[in-house]
Amino acid sequence: MTTSLNPRFTFDTFVVGAANRLAVTAGRTVAENPGSAYNPLFIYSGSGLGKTHVLMAIGHAAKALAPQLNIEYLTLDEYVEAFHAAIAAGQGDAFRRRFQNVGVLLVDDVQFLTNRKEMQTELLRLTEALQQTGHQIVLASDRPPAEIADLDERLISRFSGGLVVDMGIPDYETRVAILRRKAEERGSSFQPGVLETVAKVEFPNVRELMGALNRIVAFQAVNETPINAEAVRRVLGVRTAESPPAAGATAAASPGASPDEFSQFLTDVTFTVGKAVEAWRARVTEAVLRWEGEGYRTGRLERLLDQDKPSAVDEEIAAYVRDVERLKALAAEVATLDPQAAGDKVFHDPGRMEEAEAAAARVRDGAAPPPAPSAAFPLDTYMAGLSNDVALKAARDVISKPGKKYNPLVIVGKSGLGKTHLLHAIGLELAKKRGAVVACLSTQAFVDELIAAIDGNRVDWWRARYRRCTALLLDDIHLLAGKERTQEELFNFFNQFLDAERQLVFTAPAHPNTLDGLEERIASRLEGGLVAEVGEPDKELRRSALERLLTQQHIRADAALLDYFADRPVDSVRSLTGLVQRVVEAAMAQEVPVTAGLAREVLEGAPPPSARRTAGARTSGLVVSSAGGVRSREKMVWDWPAASDRVIEEVR
Amino acid sequence: MSLVNFTSREITCKIVYYGPGRSGKTTNLHYVYERVPETRRGRMVSLATQTDRTLFFDFLPIDLGQISGFSTRFQLYTVPGQVYYNATRRLVLQGADGVVFVGDSQARQLDENLESLQNLQSNLLEHGVDVRTMPLVMQYNKQDLPRELILTPPELDDALNFRAVPSFPADALHGTGVFETLKGISELVLKRLAAGSPAV
Repeated sequence: MTTSLNPRFTFDTFVVGAANRLAVTAGRTVAENPGSAYNPLFIYSGSGLGKTHVLMAIGHAAKALAPQLNIEYLTLDEYVEAFHAAIAAGQGDAFRRRFQNVGVLLVDDVQFLTNRKEMQTELLRLTEALQQTGHQIVLASDRPPAEIADLDERLISRFSGGLVVDMGIPDYETRVAILRRKAEERGSSFQPGVLETVAKVEFPNVRELMGALNRIVAFQAVNETPINAEAVRRVLGVRTAESPPAAGATAAASPGASPDEFSQFLTDVTFTVGKAVEAWRARVTEAVLRWEGEGYRTGRLERLLDQDKPSAVDEEIAAYVRDVERLKALAAEVATLDPQAAGDKVFHDPGRMEEAEAAAARVRDGAAPPPAPSAAFPLDTYMAGLSNDVALKAARDVISKPGKKYNPLVIVGKSGLGKTHLLHAIGLELAKKRGAVVACLSTQAFVDELIAAIDGNRVDWWRARYRRCTALLLDDIHLLAGKERTQEELFNFFNQFLDAERQLVFTAPAHPNTLDGLEERIASRLEGGLVAEVGEPDKELRRSALERLLTQQHIRADAALLDYFADRPVDSVRSLTGLVQRVVEAAMAQEVPVTAGLAREVLEGAPPPSARRTAGARTSGLVVSSAGGVRSREKMVWDWPAASDRVIEEVR
Repeated sequence: MSLVNFTSREITCKIVYYGPGRSGKTTNLHYVYERVPETRRGRMVSLATQTDRTLFFDFLPIDLGQISGFSTRFQLYTVPGQVYYNATRRLVLQGADGVVFVGDSQARQLDENLESLQNLQSNLLEHGVDVRTMPLVMQYNKQDLPRELILTPPELDDALNFRAVPSFPADALHGTGVFETLKGISELVLKRLAAGSPAV
């Protein structure tokens, strides 16, 4: 029943001139604020002047701004037909409900309401219902409401209560602009002056103007020689513009002058003005009209009109057009970074190019790239072993085919097993690809950023920042538990990233579906990719990790020392690091080399060296590693003093 | 006053009908008024005495609509012809873009015509305008009167049209020559657009 919107009928393809500017502006406003700006909006104009185009353009624009909006375009006849069919099928109520749920209803050719009392009542009811629910209705007709014969007074007042705008016949400049655009669309080019000649013919509507263009396009196609202005006149059957009759000194013949003297006078004046207003001024005025219609400031062009001679006018116009193109590009770029900032007026004023560039640069700086992976975790220092074989292989697959093979990749394993290392390593490798923007951060930082964005009313900006990433890597995803808003945002990113085949990588301490506080839709999506486990390090892995650790500390690693450490019951490389650190510190304090014996002494409860006490100060006896940090509880306290040294106070 | 405003895309022409008393200036305006569609014309302001003599001036605004993208308006003024209203005449002349000199074709009015022409010249000079630079056309009105009472257009050209500006014989009462005159002056005025120098 509903006609789909013609994709060619958008505001972009509509040439705006003085005669239709109001209607277009009103249409745009309605598309941006359906239901609240002018409701109903009533557009009328003669046939072929673009009512349907504007109506559909409103539909397109509204859809582009709010894709979920339900938009229906139909002619009154289609509406009547549907109504009759619905009544015949006993579905009158369903019919009404259906139309009352439309977000933007576009009804064309409303003039056919004449003599259709029941339809008028129906439309009145619908208009009222749509207005009450804040839904938009836009109507088009070939005459104003008051002139639609036999139209219900209540409908007239309803329509007039919104906004009634008309679209007139385009003036000469607009006609030239329309012809140029249409010729461009068809890839036809004409000699200078040809389109202007066509535009001089005052066709009653744009459709006939298009017909004329078609004729000369066809003429040019069959003749293989470019058509000239003279031929255009012949093809279109236009008389050569007659020169005004000479102002003679002879007395006019009849005293009873013709009643059309004024029209004749008007024609003559038009001719004179046309000759007097130089072509270059017309070109400038045309450019002003065009760009003003597209919403750009035209002060720069208007200043050209102040000069007496046409110096470099065409160069100026060309420069202006270049600047407008640049502004469009800047606005588009800014829109991806910060949609709010793209609305800045400065992006519509070619007179302030520097400010526009500066504003765009500010947005670029402001849209600091999302947190990148840390360079401290390169892939080549990640130690491979049986325990992390699967995860490492999955990581390599992800690096070679981001977004295609395993998406998302979830690395699970206990704390201290190198998940974070692997995550950052993947991030670093992905970031090496051309055009890659990799976000790699802890889930906690992600949550904090969102909170700050909500606080600063910059959520759009925050979203845009992550949306342009080619990969998103979050560490410790279980920290999302209970963070509903972040889960909501992540859910949206999830879908966008998966659709666009952009890589997602997460780490978690356990399988996602066992994590508490994670929404089902997030957990199931995490499970939907590949969940790769990192196990406790095997002896081989521990040995090679030790070797590297000791080498980093410039300690010669003898086999006995390595064997001793590798045999220690540790569950992660991080704990192992802690053990090594303790031994190394003890060795430094005692100024002895690191040996297996010393390690055993330190780790297995041999009396601690007294050197630590030489300073005479009593400490708590707790020594915290500077390398291990406080991330892992089992490594916080390493060096318990001898039992006799412990002060245990009973708290009463 | 700016004749053409390219920024606001407006053309405004002020045309003054000048001439001796009772030569038919107001009649010209009345005829134009009658012919202009209602939607295009403003209210004609006419301050006349009981004997239909213009006391102050007549004013008729005409809206010609969009011409080449310019919203075009004509403002037609007449001055009171009688000698003692010179201050008014000078005032009305201020900012004129063009002048129609409406002469009385009757032979016995020749001196009044000459006097009025001289008066036009001196009043323009008061505004710092050389009459030779001001767009001007002559209209020889009352050509419908019996031949023995009037001078022919060539005779009037010889007597009055020293600068050989366009001249039009007319019978303003019946409309002959009225629009021709208006067109003549409009062309002269609008041609100055090309020069880009607005009239004072």
